[in-house]
Amino acid sequence: MHVTSSAPAPFPPRPPAAFATAGMAGFPKDSTMSVSAQPRLRAPDDGGDDLSKLRVVPARHPWRWVGIVAVLVLLAQFVNGLATNPGWDWPTFARYFTAESILRAVGLTLELTAYGTAIGFALGIVLALMRLSHSRFLSGVSWAYIWAFRSIPLIVQLLFWFNISYLYQELDFGIPFGPSFFGIDTKDLISPMGAAVLGLGLHQAAYAAEIVRSGIISVDHGQLEAAAALGIPKSRQLRRIILPQAMRSILPNAANEVISLFKGTSIVSVVAIGELFYQVQVIYGRNARVVALLMVATVWYIVLTTLLSIVQHYVEKHYAKGATRDKGGWKWAR
Amino acid sequence: MGEVMVDLRGIHKSFGTNEVLRGVDLEVRAGEVVVILGPSGSGKSTLLRTINHLEKVDRGYVSIDGDLVGYRRVGDKLHELREREVLKQRTHIGFVFQNFNLFPRLTVLENVVEAPISARRKAAPVARAEGRALLARVGLADKEDAYPRHLSGGQQQRVAIARALALEPKVLLFDEPTSALDPELVGEVLDVVKDLARSGTTMVVVTHEVGFAREVADTVVFMDGGLVVEQGPPGQVLDDPQHPRTRAFLSKVL
Repeated sequence: MHVTSSAPAPFPPRPPAAFATAGMAGFPKDSTMSVSAQPRLRAPDDGGDDLSKLRVVPARHPWRWVGIVAVLVLLAQFVNGLATNPGWDWPTFARYFTAESILRAVGLTLELTAYGTAIGFALGIVLALMRLSHSRFLSGVSWAYIWAFRSIPLIVQLLFWFNISYLYQELDFGIPFGPSFFGIDTKDLISPMGAAVLGLGLHQAAYAAEIVRSGIISVDHGQLEAAAALGIPKSRQLRRIILPQAMRSILPNAANEVISLFKGTSIVSVVAIGELFYQVQVIYGRNARVVALLMVATVWYIVLTTLLSIVQHYVEKHYAKGATRDKGGWKWAR
Repeated sequence: MGEVMVDLRGIHKSFGTNEVLRGVDLEVRAGEVVVILGPSGSGKSTLLRTINHLEKVDRGYVSIDGDLVGYRRVGDKLHELREREVLKQRTHIGFVFQNFNLFPRLTVLENVVEAPISARRKAAPVARAEGRALLARVGLADKEDAYPRHLSGGQQQRVAIARALALEPKVLLFDEPTSALDPELVGEVLDVVKDLARSGTTMVVVTHEVGFAREVADTVVFMDGGLVVEQGPPGQVLDDPQHPRTRAFLSKVL
């Protein structure tokens, strides 16, 4: 109904804005608006009456209101419970939320997430490119890696890495099947932290590889052909043309993975790493305030996941450049 | 007309059991404009794509300015070139796609200078100056900072032509450059192509625009069923076709 100034002026001129009378919610009563494109509807019974002058009554939805009230009541009960039920034990929550031991554990959780993400995606990109390679051997190796690491539960893998020194006492560098030049005790090489990082990173790589591969194959084949036809070197094609476009579909999935890895770090509590979940377990093991300390961990996980989601939003905005018709292109991530 | 620039000999190409090209010979001389006409599925686009090795031929060979495309001859053997070498050869062969295939995340000028900078190692300021001149030549001097998605189809195709020209190719290949355009945008693209034809650019154009063929072609090639059925000057092939299949095709499109 909005007719802009580009429409031809009506001739003979009509009275302005005949239909924009009171009652059209949200419709500006702008007397300069042209109505030339608005067909003049006529009521069948009293010929000559202009329907566009009539008030529009929105449809009523009584059941929506019933639903809204029901949800609000439940929500109020829950909030009331949070505030009044002494079981939540908010004073204990407040005492521990910013306690030094908890902050250190949050730091360690973030560290594990960062290492897991870095190793996971670095190895994941390599695996994705191998999987897409023309070489059957490389793509087979990549497929087998993904198959293996997706099949083994993370917790099993972590325990395996933790106990690697039982399997291989020494890591020797030398000629394969021949003499060794020097060896390192695997107990020194793979600390509990090392086992955790290795486990998280290798596990993450299998999933990251599939996410990166899905992004790359989602790029229009014509882009590859155009880049090839222009003779742009292969690595530059990937960096400048393919990956930036693939990022559009990689990012939402990658953010999912990072967030699930962030919470998944709680699994490494099985190898006694002092990350957030392990730390609250230690504390409530001592003082038996289970609920309050679980809430400490929960709120930290929620706060940091929210921060990651905000980061995701801005990164996606960046990669939306040129993808929409909006002026400036990248202002909206959608 | 100069010496032979593009030489296709006995080109065969199959996709699975579907034999798309069955022994095509074609010569394009320097400065010549060859227009390939033919019904859908006649193999004309595939033939064009063999010229810059986007399609590998099963039999036969392609050479540009005396150099084999995709192979190196050593004695009595043909060695397949590595991808890096093929990419280098392609910088001498401009290609304009039906669907433009501009890079959406790069601005118009970045699209044009990408290959000169990365494949030809031109200095960025030089490439940008030349890119601007090319954009002016296709009538888009004011659009250098726009993203492809903000342009009409006709404008995008003109950017694609400027992008292909930026490598100063020995030959320019057009794969149905106006088939994805709204009818009112066809003219602006054909005008650019005509202008190039007049300036002596060697071109091979696959198209359905018979009027365009009549106006700019030095040679019209009619293909059907994976073979060149008839070729010659437009006056001969379009107005006095000898082969019944050429006649049947022209009676449908004219």
